[in-house]
Parts: sequence; C-alpha cells; structure tokens
Amino acid sequence: MPNMSMTKLPMPEQDPKVRARNFEEVSYGYTEEMAIEEAQRCLNCKHMPCVNGCPVNVQIPKFIKLIAEGNFADACSAIKETSALPAVCGRVCPQETQCESKCVRGIKGEPVAIGRLERFAADWDMKNGKHEIEKPVSNGHKVAIIGAGPAGLTCAGDLAKKGYEVTIFEAFHKAGGVLVYGIPEFRLPKAIVQKEVEGLEKMGVKVMTNMVIGKVLSIDELVNDMGFEAVFVGSGAGLPVFMGIEGEDLVGVYSANEFLTRINLMKAYLDEYDTPIRKGKSVAVVGGGNVAMDAARSAMRLGAEHVYIIYRRSEAELPARAEEVHHAKEEGIEFMLLNNPIKIHGDENGSVKSIECIKMELGEPDASGRRRPMPIEGSNYEIPVDTVVMSIGTSPNPLIRTTTEGLEANKRGCLVADDHMATTREGVYAGGDAVTGAATVILAMGAGKTAAASIDEYIQNK
Amino acid sequence: MQVYKIVNKKLLNDAVVLVEIEAPFIAKKVLPGQFIIFRIDEQGERVPLTVADYDREKGTITLIVQMVGRSTKMLGAMEAGDALLDVVGPLGIPTHLEGLKNVCVIGGGVGCAIAYPQAKALHNMGAHVDMIAGFRSKDIVIIEDEMRAVADNLYVMTDDGTYGEQGFVTVKLQQLIDEGRDYDAVIAIGPVPMMKFVSEVTRPKAIKTIVSLNPIMIDGTGMCGGCRVNVGGEIKFACVDGPDFDGHKVNFDELMKRNSTNKAQEQHDSEHCRLRGAYNA
Repeated sequence: MPNMSMTKLPMPEQDPKVRARNFEEVSYGYTEEMAIEEAQRCLNCKHMPCVNGCPVNVQIPKFIKLIAEGNFADACSAIKETSALPAVCGRVCPQETQCESKCVRGIKGEPVAIGRLERFAADWDMKNGKHEIEKPVSNGHKVAIIGAGPAGLTCAGDLAKKGYEVTIFEAFHKAGGVLVYGIPEFRLPKAIVQKEVEGLEKMGVKVMTNMVIGKVLSIDELVNDMGFEAVFVGSGAGLPVFMGIEGEDLVGVYSANEFLTRINLMKAYLDEYDTPIRKGKSVAVVGGGNVAMDAARSAMRLGAEHVYIIYRRSEAELPARAEEVHHAKEEGIEFMLLNNPIKIHGDENGSVKSIECIKMELGEPDASGRRRPMPIEGSNYEIPVDTVVMSIGTSPNPLIRTTTEGLEANKRGCLVADDHMATTREGVYAGGDAVTGAATVILAMGAGKTAAASIDEYIQNK
Repeated sequence: MQVYKIVNKKLLNDAVVLVEIEAPFIAKKVLPGQFIIFRIDEQGERVPLTVADYDREKGTITLIVQMVGRSTKMLGAMEAGDALLDVVGPLGIPTHLEGLKNVCVIGGGVGCAIAYPQAKALHNMGAHVDMIAGFRSKDIVIIEDEMRAVADNLYVMTDDGTYGEQGFVTVKLQQLIDEGRDYDAVIAIGPVPMMKFVSEVTRPKAIKTIVSLNPIMIDGTGMCGGCRVNVGGEIKFACVDGPDFDGHKVNFDELMKRNSTNKAQEQHDSEHCRLRGAYNA
C-alpha cells in the first residue's frame, strides 16, 4: 500500500538564521527511515512520465522501488546506469521543471521528492557502498575532452566505461567546472565533486589541469600530433555580461563569476586562504537566476547585513529553482522585484556607494513569452550598498572557436552542434553551455552523454 | 600532474627576483606579450605575470617578479629545485609586432623585464629598436646587459640621476621624437601613470602606442571579468582582448582608481586581503 501523504516528507535542514552565517550544507538529507517513507509515495507508474522529464533518463521508479525495499546500494546502481553524477544531480537539478513536474502524485498534492531520494541513494552509496571501481580494458582509442565540468565529466565517464583512453584538459587548477567554481559549498559540498572526479580517475581517465585549449594546445594539435581520434568540447559559459550602465567600473562591482570563483574555488571565506574578497555590509545582486541566488546567499554568509536581489521582472518570472528562492528568502535575502538598476554611484575613492534603480511594471509579453518589464518614469531611487554583483548572464568564450578551423558558431558565439552533439568539424563534438549558452548542470550532462554515444559510434565506424 | 620546477633563481635587486621554471607546454607556445598565472600552494592566490623570456628547447619560461605581495614574496623565497603548484598559460594575445621597422620600447622599473622580450623579438625581426629604461634609482637597475644586447640605442633614465640620465622616460621620449626619430610604434610597459604619460607624449603625432595592462584577474581565460578595462568607451577584458591595448584609447584614470583603491584595501586588511593582482611595476 503506497504512502498516500499529499506532501513531500520535509528534508531536515540547518536553521536559516544559523546557516545564513556558515558555508556548511543547508540540507542534511533524509535518514534511511525517511527515505523509505518518502519512496513509498511512488505509484510505480507503468508509463513512467518522470523518466521522460529527465535529460539523462534516470530509471526513477526502479531506483525508488529499491529504496522503498531498503536496498540502497542497488538503488544507487540503478541511478548510475544512466547518470554519472547522482550526488550532484540530487542537489542541483531543477526537479520541479523536470522529473517532478511529470509525477502523477503532483496532480493532486506534491510530487514524489525524486531529487531528495536521488541525493539520499547517492550519499548512502558514497558512505557505505563498495567502491572497487574496475578499470575497463582499453580499446586503444584516444579521446580528448576539453573542460572538466558536468558535460566533460559525464562524457569522459561514459567513454571510459566503454574502454576509451580519455584525457580531460581543464583550464583551472582543479577539475569540476561550475561544480567547483560556481555552485557554493552550502549547496554542493566540494568533497562530493572530488569523489566523482576520483572515481573517473580510477577508471583510467586522465585529468590534465592548467591546460587552456586554444592557447597551450589547439584542437588541431590534439588530433594531428597527439593522436586523439575525437574531441569533445565542453568548455562552458564564457565572458560575464555587464549592463553597460555608469559605475560598473567602480571598486566593489563584481561579476557573479568573479565573486563566486573567489569564494568557491579560491575559498576566500576561509582564513587560511590568501584569496581577497570584499565582505560587503550591504550588497546588491543584479539578476534572478540560480547564480544570482548563489551570489546573494554567499554575500550573506560573508557577513552582510543587507543583501538585495534586484530583478527587473516579477517573482513569477524568476529563473532560479524554486527551492533556491525559498532558501534565500528564509535566510533574509531581500527581493527587490520589478526594479532595474540604471546607475551605480561611487564615493570620492571610486568605491561603490549606492545603486540607483528605476521601478518597473509588466507590459505585453515579449519574444520570450514573458511579460515585458517597462520602466515607470520618474520612479528612480537609490539603495545604499557597498558591493554590487552583476549576475545577468554570460556570452560564450571565444578561445576555442577562434583557434579552430571549421568550427562554426552561431551569431551569439555559441558552437553549432546537431542533435548528436556533432559540430561542423568532423570528429569534434560539443555540448553544455558552450553550445546552449548558460543553462543547467543536468542539461550539460545530458549533452555529454549524447556526445559520448556519438563519439563511440563515430570511432567504431571509422 | 605536471611539475613546475624552478631550475634557476637569481635576485636582480632587493625587490626583484628572476625565476626560470620548467613548463614545457607553455615554453613551446608562448610569444612576447603573453602572460601566465601561477599559484604557489593550495592556499595561494592565482597571480598573473607577463612572461619575460622562454627557452623552447629547454622547456622553460622565465619570470621577473617584483616581490610586493605575499605570493610574490613567497616565490622570491623559493629556491632552485622547489616547485610551484600551478602554472597556466600562455594567456592573452601576443603583441602584434609584425611589420614594425622602427620602434621605441619603453620599460619602467620591473616593467623592463616585460618590455625586454618585445625588444628582443623586434631586434630578431631586424627592426630598429630604441629602448628607454626608467628606474627610480641606480640600485634597482635590472637586466641592463640583456636590454643593451637587443637595443640599437639603450637610454637608462633614473628619477634621482644616480645612473644614466636624470629624468622620467617621457622626457627622453619627447627628446627623441623632437630629434626626428620617426617611430612606427612605441611600446610602453610599466606603472600605469608611466604608460598614461607616454601615451600623452605620442598622442600629438598620433604615433601608435601599445601598452600592456595587468589588472586583477582570476582565471585569465575570459570567465571572471575581473580584468575589465575601459578602452575607447567599451568594456574590454585584458585576459582575452589584451593584455595589450592602444594607449590612446585606454582610460588610465579609471584603471588607476581601481588599482589604488584596491591597494588601500589591501593595506587596510593586510592579513587576508590582497586584492593586488600583479602589477608589472
């Protein structure tokens, strides 16, 4: 008999007031008993709508059934059949727009807490599972992967399982991409990412850090001189976008990329690290996506008294995951919705003093289908702040496309790839933010997975 | 795991050290004007530095570093045989030297170390190279022999007149221009005010002026946006659009403000706040 509770079993969390001042993980995760109880809410639908909602088609009813039976090790194995990074996805996927949005239980009441259960199974396995990873027998074919983020790691894992000799080239000094430089520790502990990377290395994947492809080596050199038969480009999003308003050059204005990289990759919040960071008392974060939420919540944890999210549309249009918005509000982040910055004011030292906003109202729907925000003339006002974080997106990195012949990009600068992740150059595949522009971890993983299958087919048919 | 071993280390003066580091991939590709980012240890900053020299056969790069912050001081305290944790590069766009026939290369202080490879490359291309090297005082003059070997004329200037001629590099540049030296380009590398004033000297005759900027940055690949500079009213990123820019278009005042305020903040919080990036001088 399934558990007919209308709501998800809540996941224990740190008290908002406490966690807003530390970088430890917000949620503790389910206990075994809680996981079994929540798993029993699954109806094990034959047509499995949830699976279709997952970009990597995790066999959701199967793993949930195994949890309900108390068979946690097999539950995790079932997830790993299709997902390379279950402990990551359980934490950062936007389940409410993917698997959980299709859940039959969600028609009346809340959907099954698929994300929380995935996280539970992955964490249980990391703690208790047997991890004798066997290095697959080499098939003698070499594949190069550019970028050790979610797309690259997934692609590497799938290819390594098939016996390919995979080398990942990473520009930073640490593998993980956005999982280590972007998403904060309190949302995704870096030890988890580290374990996933170590798992790949045990399968024989080589990770070369400090290698900026397009600079130190070109794709042509990888293919012609170093014997890589195929290349996957998962180089991620690129240059941060600024608004182009007056005052963005003032001291105290960061891009979200810089602010978060200093905190996450470079551990600016830990005293033993040398990384400088401005610990603002009053911080404005411009933007409404997950990255903006991460920046705002990080600023709060660095000791800010006021942290504002300034977003030009309304709450309904906030692109961030619902859970992140909820957590941010609990932690005291102040949402200044329907507000658009028009100028950042500085003091005599060229340091941020305030941000001037204009109030907005929603007009007719625009090209994105969302109602277009329109400024209300004369509604300008200033918010006193000492730090501003611009979190309004990125434009693709030019390093690879400008150094590789035959690799086409669209007018926005994103690499062109077909449904199989093949680029316009033979043997070169691409996926993740480098192709889509800024998107989610799971979409990048899906692209890495598709690319791995295409690369396998390409090399086997050569 | 690559090992970035120091194979040679030499103090050039009390505050400037030369280190030659094993980095075969970088040594194979690097060109004048490009930079690397190093990290001493796990807790260290990522510090950008323009490459002073390289040896493609030996697989080494040479850095000449002013020991001003914690990371550069730690680097100065390392010895041959020690290794850096990370060195990534070559980053940035190499200086466009093609077609230049008659060039004045200007270095200020430790900036001479970065101006030197430009002079050397131009010399090897057969260009006429005048070099003006400015220092505060005699005791901090560096790489004079190296500069002399690649320059047709080397003019050493000191602020206090204790060596070479007394005066700023701009005085000498103005004099050479007035004498009728018909430069295709002036390359200026040094403290921001020096690059600003050199650009003012060359502006009236519209002599092409290339300056090398080294603002704060983290990744050096166009991700963080920390190195943004205002060039001709547009936001440019020094790591991917530079580090060289047209001196007549750079907003130096804005750059100086950003840098000086960061330095004030650094002094204010010297233990854990070192928003220094690495300045060439």
